[in-house]
Amino acid sequence: MAGKEWPLWEVFIRSKQGLNHKHVGSIHAADAEMAVENARDVYTRRSEGISIWVVESSQVFASDPADSDALFEPANSKIYRHPTFYEVPDGVGHM
Amino acid sequence: MKNNLFTYTLRIADDSLILGQRLSEWCGHGPIIEEDIALTNIALDLIGQATSLLEYAAVAENKGRSADDLAFLRFENQYFNTQLVEQKNGDFAVTIVRQWIFDTFRLPFYEALQHSSDKQLAAIAEKSLKETKYHWKHSSEWIIRMGDGTEESNKRVNDALILLWKFSDELFYMDDVDKELISQGIAVDLETLRPAFNERIHYVLQQATLQLPDSKWKLSGGRQGRHTEHFGHLIAEMQYMQRAYPNMEW
Amino acid sequence: MKEQNLADLEAAFNEKLKQDIRIEPKDWMPDAYRKTLIRQISQHAHSEIVGMLPEGNWITRAPNLRRKAVLLAKVQDEAGHGQYLYSAMETLGFSREQSIDDMHTGKAKYSSIFNYPTLTWADMGAVGWLVDGAAIMNQVPLCRTSYGPYARAMVRICKEESFHQRQGYEIMCTLMKGSEDQKAMAQDALNRFWWPALMMFGPSDAESTHTQQSIDWKIKRHTNDELRQMFVDASVPQAQLIGLTIPDPDLKWNEERGHYDFGEIDWEEFKQVVSGNGPCNAERIAARVKAKEEGMWVREAAMAYAEKKKAKKAS
Repeated sequence: MAGKEWPLWEVFIRSKQGLNHKHVGSIHAADAEMAVENARDVYTRRSEGISIWVVESSQVFASDPADSDALFEPANSKIYRHPTFYEVPDGVGHM
Repeated sequence: MKNNLFTYTLRIADDSLILGQRLSEWCGHGPIIEEDIALTNIALDLIGQATSLLEYAAVAENKGRSADDLAFLRFENQYFNTQLVEQKNGDFAVTIVRQWIFDTFRLPFYEALQHSSDKQLAAIAEKSLKETKYHWKHSSEWIIRMGDGTEESNKRVNDALILLWKFSDELFYMDDVDKELISQGIAVDLETLRPAFNERIHYVLQQATLQLPDSKWKLSGGRQGRHTEHFGHLIAEMQYMQRAYPNMEW
Repeated sequence: MKEQNLADLEAAFNEKLKQDIRIEPKDWMPDAYRKTLIRQISQHAHSEIVGMLPEGNWITRAPNLRRKAVLLAKVQDEAGHGQYLYSAMETLGFSREQSIDDMHTGKAKYSSIFNYPTLTWADMGAVGWLVDGAAIMNQVPLCRTSYGPYARAMVRICKEESFHQRQGYEIMCTLMKGSEDQKAMAQDALNRFWWPALMMFGPSDAESTHTQQSIDWKIKRHTNDELRQMFVDASVPQAQLIGLTIPDPDLKWNEERGHYDFGEIDWEEFKQVVSGNGPCNAERIAARVKAKEEGMWVREAAMAYAEKKKAKKAS
């Protein structure tokens, strides 16, 4: 079994209540419990977090940058999804 | 003159100090980076606890000595830590078993000390308890992983148990210092902690597929200032700067 | 891949660099760019990990409780920084274990400074002040390096590292306010660490084989000599302020250049230390190899237990 490295885990941290978990990096761990503890020790030494998610890196399926035109550009033309697309009279105030 | 509060606080402080000193030897040499960081975190917590406790002991003593004087300028037989915490690091199994026995004691101890009538000790206990819960979780999980891991890890953790279990009873050592302070609601009656301690020990060992050693033989002496042979080397190293260059600021 | 295709990819990559858009792990990148990054990031990570040893050497002998806690926290940060960097490196498809093995066999390098011994407590001051100071010079511009994960790791490291240099300088200040023995200790540490600290920036620009390409790729943002000059200019007044003498008879302010001129580095020493003949090279590697070998059964045990647990869950 020599050379068998502990699997890699991606680490996500919620820095404070009300915010999303954000990707911060990775660690190695033999199991999920250990992954949470290692993430705590490596990424929250200065109170950077109040909640941790870990996901085995091999379980992350990512979009392919080569597809990014097809995936993301169609949204660019849908400007009517943005509030500034619509004109309202000045006197109406905040809407 | 006898100063019970001083002695009592010093005993708790010395356990943290000496175990912190031992654990800090691992820094840079851990079995994997993540575990190196974890062990250092525990060492840092322990040094922090020792500092608060020694500061309080210095106040209780009221002879003008500082926390640093107490940490670095006593002779061997003036340290009152249990012999368990001064045991050498050995391999990772020895380090973890030593830590685990200690954490399993410290958990109910701090839980009880939180309710001390001495506000300062209660406050230190409350803060330290949070740290200790994490230490215990960490060391218990490792006991289980090693016990139920490979043949080699099972053997190593078992050997470590045989080596160290005989020092566990000293954690429950009490004398007149304790008895007088218990009557004032300051100290914890350690006998009351045994059920919680034993339950936790057996719970973890069962999951780890391990057993306590058959021998009931116990060793002690640290609480009275009688230590094991390598303790002198530990403090020689720790005190080197203060002894070589006395009375200086660093 | 068709040639046209490849040319398009390369053009898109170069355009991103030109516009200062970060390259991310799954983006196309030239092989040589990937290789250079792996080399640079892993070298940087190894330096953090090996760098724990010379300072770790004084943790058990720290002179008081405050210094002990600070030093422990600092050396632990180095392990953390090593991990941030390995993590960035692993996004390039190169495993941490492989990279560590390469360091152990001498195939991968780490900063030559850590092959010097820490002989007195004052060395903790000199290392924090000068070695971390030099590292910060190197690292701050790397927060804008072109590879996203590397840049993000550097941002984190720089934020955390600001206390490292200060604590080192504080040690030196305290010593220089102390007894004659303490002052002598501080000066001796500076004497031993000054030149090795200057060597940390690597060979002079004329000799450096990698610099230009790395600058074009925005992996590096300043040349070795530029960084070295910045470091000298920053450190000299800090030394003077507390009464320390820089051990360089040729050091003097050059009004015209607006920089300090300084003496020639002993490049033969640099070459020897980099190629394995420094005072502590063998010891440092031996300590890392020992940690790895003695930790083998621990890592195996944890894996075996995790697999058993998984199997139990599945059944």
